[in-house]
Amino acid sequence: MPKLTVDGIEVEVEAGATVLQACEEAGKEIPRFCYHERLSIAGNCRMCLVEMERAPKPVASCAMPAADGMVIKTDSDLVKKARNGVMEFLLINHPLDCPICDQGGECDLQDQAMAYGFDSSRYAEKKRAVKDKELGPIVKTIMTRCIHCTRCVRFSEEVAGVGTMGAVYRGEDTEVGPYIEASINSELSGNLVDLCPVGALTSKPYAFTARPWELKKTDSVDVMDAVGSNIRIDARTGEVMRVLPRTNEDINEEWISDKTRYAIDGLKRQRLDRPYVRKDGKLQPASWDEAFAAIKAKVSGLDGEKIAALAGDTVDCESMTALKDLMGKLGSPNLDCRQDGSKIGGPRASYIFNSTIAGIDEADACLIVGANVRAEAPIINSRLRKRWRTTAGDFKVGIIGEKWDPTYKNDYLGAGPETLQEILDGKNEFATVLKASEKPMIIVGMGALNREDGDAVLAATRAIAEKYGMVSGEWNGFNVLHTAASRVGGLDLGFVPGEGGLATNDILDGAAKGDIEVVYLLGADEVDMSKLEKAFVIYQGAMGDAGAQAADVILPGAAYTEKNGTYVNTEGRAQQGWRAIFPVGDAREDWAIVRALSGALDLTLPYNNIDAVRSRMVELSPTFASLNVPTKAEWTDFGVSGDMKSDGFVSPVRNFYMTDPISRASVTMAKCTEAFVKDAAAEKVA
Amino acid sequence: MQAKGTPDMLQDKDRIFTNLYGFQDFGLKGAQSRGNWDGTKALIEKGRDWIIDEMKASGMRGRGGAGFPTGLKWSFMPKESDGRPSYLVVNADEGEPGTCKDREIMRNDPHTLVEGCLLASFAMNAHAAYIYIRGEFYHEASNLQRAIDEAYEAGLIGKNACGSGWDFDLYLHLGAGAYICGEETALIESLEGKKGQPRLKPPFPANAGLYGCPTTVNNVESIAAVPTILRRGGSWFAGFGRENNHGTKLFAISGHVEKPCTVEEAMSIPLKELIEKHCGGVRGGWDNLLAVIPGGSSVPLMPKDVCDDVLMDFDGLREVGSGLGTAAVIVMDKSTDIVYAIARLSEFYKHESCGQCTPCREGTGWMMRMMTRMVRGEATLDEIDLLWDVTKQVEGHTICALGDAAAWPIQGLIRHFRPEMERRIKEYRARIAA
Repeated sequence: MPKLTVDGIEVEVEAGATVLQACEEAGKEIPRFCYHERLSIAGNCRMCLVEMERAPKPVASCAMPAADGMVIKTDSDLVKKARNGVMEFLLINHPLDCPICDQGGECDLQDQAMAYGFDSSRYAEKKRAVKDKELGPIVKTIMTRCIHCTRCVRFSEEVAGVGTMGAVYRGEDTEVGPYIEASINSELSGNLVDLCPVGALTSKPYAFTARPWELKKTDSVDVMDAVGSNIRIDARTGEVMRVLPRTNEDINEEWISDKTRYAIDGLKRQRLDRPYVRKDGKLQPASWDEAFAAIKAKVSGLDGEKIAALAGDTVDCESMTALKDLMGKLGSPNLDCRQDGSKIGGPRASYIFNSTIAGIDEADACLIVGANVRAEAPIINSRLRKRWRTTAGDFKVGIIGEKWDPTYKNDYLGAGPETLQEILDGKNEFATVLKASEKPMIIVGMGALNREDGDAVLAATRAIAEKYGMVSGEWNGFNVLHTAASRVGGLDLGFVPGEGGLATNDILDGAAKGDIEVVYLLGADEVDMSKLEKAFVIYQGAMGDAGAQAADVILPGAAYTEKNGTYVNTEGRAQQGWRAIFPVGDAREDWAIVRALSGALDLTLPYNNIDAVRSRMVELSPTFASLNVPTKAEWTDFGVSGDMKSDGFVSPVRNFYMTDPISRASVTMAKCTEAFVKDAAAEKVA
Repeated sequence: MQAKGTPDMLQDKDRIFTNLYGFQDFGLKGAQSRGNWDGTKALIEKGRDWIIDEMKASGMRGRGGAGFPTGLKWSFMPKESDGRPSYLVVNADEGEPGTCKDREIMRNDPHTLVEGCLLASFAMNAHAAYIYIRGEFYHEASNLQRAIDEAYEAGLIGKNACGSGWDFDLYLHLGAGAYICGEETALIESLEGKKGQPRLKPPFPANAGLYGCPTTVNNVESIAAVPTILRRGGSWFAGFGRENNHGTKLFAISGHVEKPCTVEEAMSIPLKELIEKHCGGVRGGWDNLLAVIPGGSSVPLMPKDVCDDVLMDFDGLREVGSGLGTAAVIVMDKSTDIVYAIARLSEFYKHESCGQCTPCREGTGWMMRMMTRMVRGEATLDEIDLLWDVTKQVEGHTICALGDAAAWPIQGLIRHFRPEMERRIKEYRARIAA
């Protein structure tokens, strides 16, 4: 552990740390543009220069390894002069168009110019102008503002794994951009906007809509996939303006996917802002009382067996708890949170990402079964890529299922259960990889479990985990990757068929046959609505999607940005998000709607505020007793051995940009689909 | 201290490059007749440490410009491999304006380089060496490739080179014309197939160079001199030149002299003697001299009064605020538009800046534009100070030395010819006022 002196303060840093990190340790702020903790070191902006004793010239602190006995000065005249000089160079060709620049107010260059800039320019020559680049529907470019820090180049190369960006030409003619005119085809491209220290790369959908100081910032959790990325929702006067990532080392580090970031414009379209009741075959606007009365008229006296409830993919745990309790009071055992009919829900260890996402950083081999991780959870895919990069390719990945491009080296093993069986029998080459590794992991996707033989596949993957030592001591490498933000929470709460109850597919069939007369869809839009034509459908949710169309009564709920809610991610980590804005129109927080309905049905639920609901959640599952920390699940028996069908596994996510009612209503996601998904389809045809 | 070799001209028997002008056959036969490849096996058999010790004793300082002691540089290479191979890379990307010494070696005496590569690689435990040659040197690359082929055929290099039991492969790689690829780490990047941009140091190439392996990058002249130094002994080489500036050296004199030439001379020869003895003097006589750039375009110029008695070696030129660089002496007589001459260099550096780091990328363009105006006097007097400031803001703040190289010629100009710059500005002001 090297010890060094920074401005007279002695600090000890970890071996391998840089001088810049040592300075931060000593509480000295070092200005920087190109340096970023999560990217490789470029050392090209020269803003972080510090004085080092015995060095003939100032050194770039970001690139200099800290060594024992170094004496660093960060505020000497020499340092100040050097930084002033660099700042002047950065500004001579940077347009001073801050008033019309979207980065204004949160611009590194603007901030640091306050400390190191001159009050006027000494540059009398003509300024450089650079042609803008077309990077697709998400990233807007004003390349004249570029200061060539190459953060975007390094991000796309290292984290996103698409080598689209680069610096072409040289000297002052250097231009950062795609080598060829091409959009950045990555699910993580929005992060470029955050990374760019100036206004060269800004957000296209957010362009010219708000200034950072006008925004109210609310911490929340993303529901677009089951990763539970930590986000910050920026809102202004009752409108969500943008979503930014919040750093959480255990989950999303500081990245979020493009869907997480940009699907929010879907919240401004197709909203359910008032109750509706179907009269004369048509949905008619109604009051809450009328809606509740319509439900009461249908439900009263109805046998509980004839009522069913399905929870959707983005609902919060509070509303599922309330609905579960209401179903109990109605005497119905028919409830399910697995819209896709996947065969999960046994012991907890059988349905969570046991190793945790951060556990990927320790794994040395990974078998992916039936999951297109890049489309289903881009953040987890980038974590896998990071592991592959940091091990210099020693992290071996085998894929069973569809062929997809994970952006890192992998062995494609086969399409379906046959290959799984080969691995189990030790007949596949990848079996040797698994056998040789110390901390192997398996990622089982919904594509492998939402089949009729899902139980058997689950049993087979469990057997593989057992056979190859994936569960030993503290390490549990058996991982299920969910696609729905609500799924693990629902399973933890027991939002599954009760004694003698029906599961999703049986509910739908029952409804088609007329056995089930009332179906309560809590934000559930992904089931086959044609089977619900005979039934009385109650749809509660925020978006006017498939479920609302099929509904007889619509209860307008709140979107995830509009309510306090708890979500459990694929790791089994319970997290709470906070309300950023109020629900639109007459819409209400979802748990409160169910509570109000219970009153109208004379089945009043015993909670009057969200804290009481949450106490009830803790009763139902210990998951909710410890927020933000995933609880370890006991490794027990699960799955039902049996014959597996030979069909290949098919990922449930066909289009990353559109997976739920919100992203389907989003203009930006539609543009992305057009730009990227159709391209891909056209390529396939060609 | 007056060393041997001066004041008399360096004698032919003490020349390392005996076919510098191509009067004889450059091929293997001719080379062998001049003593190349003589007893190479025996030199190898004396062992690695002996070679490095002889190089240290010779006092040779790198001939590429920076003047780092060659023997010392070699000793930084790992003695034992940690599993990674070591490499020797020869920098033959001779692109410094005014410099034309390495090309003469490669065209007319390529076997000195090939043999040097073998010996140096052996000393550094490298089984492979790469010569990165400037793309424009077509003729030189052809001759050098022929020399390499001949050496392979004769068993001098390749498996069991010279019968010494040492396996050695030598590769020639052509660059694509970027000046920055002459910077050692940019050269390595380019050799690896990437964009030629200097790397951050540390790590230095001796720790992580070509393909992340220990690498030494040496100039052509440094390596080509090795066989002769080893044959004649380090003390022979150290016998020339002043303390700390030993050996013989190729000087490339161009510009306003009667007979421009590239010539091997002893280090520490007085500049005036070099010009008068080998180049027939300055055009129009010594008194017609305006200034000299003594070490290639990157070093500050020296006005005539400094040139009168300066000695041509690393320390002598540093003392007068310039540098030996590549020993490419650019002579300018009084007919020279000195401001334009330096402005032309600024344009060169602006064109060749790789654009990676801020001060050089932005500074070279700014300096060039100001210099262009200075030529016509289109400026104000205090802009000379601004120009000086800008050069100081570039110097020492960049990743590689190109920033320094761009700043120094301008600093030399301002230091020595400020009155000339002021005169132009005043004339221009007067003209537009009228």
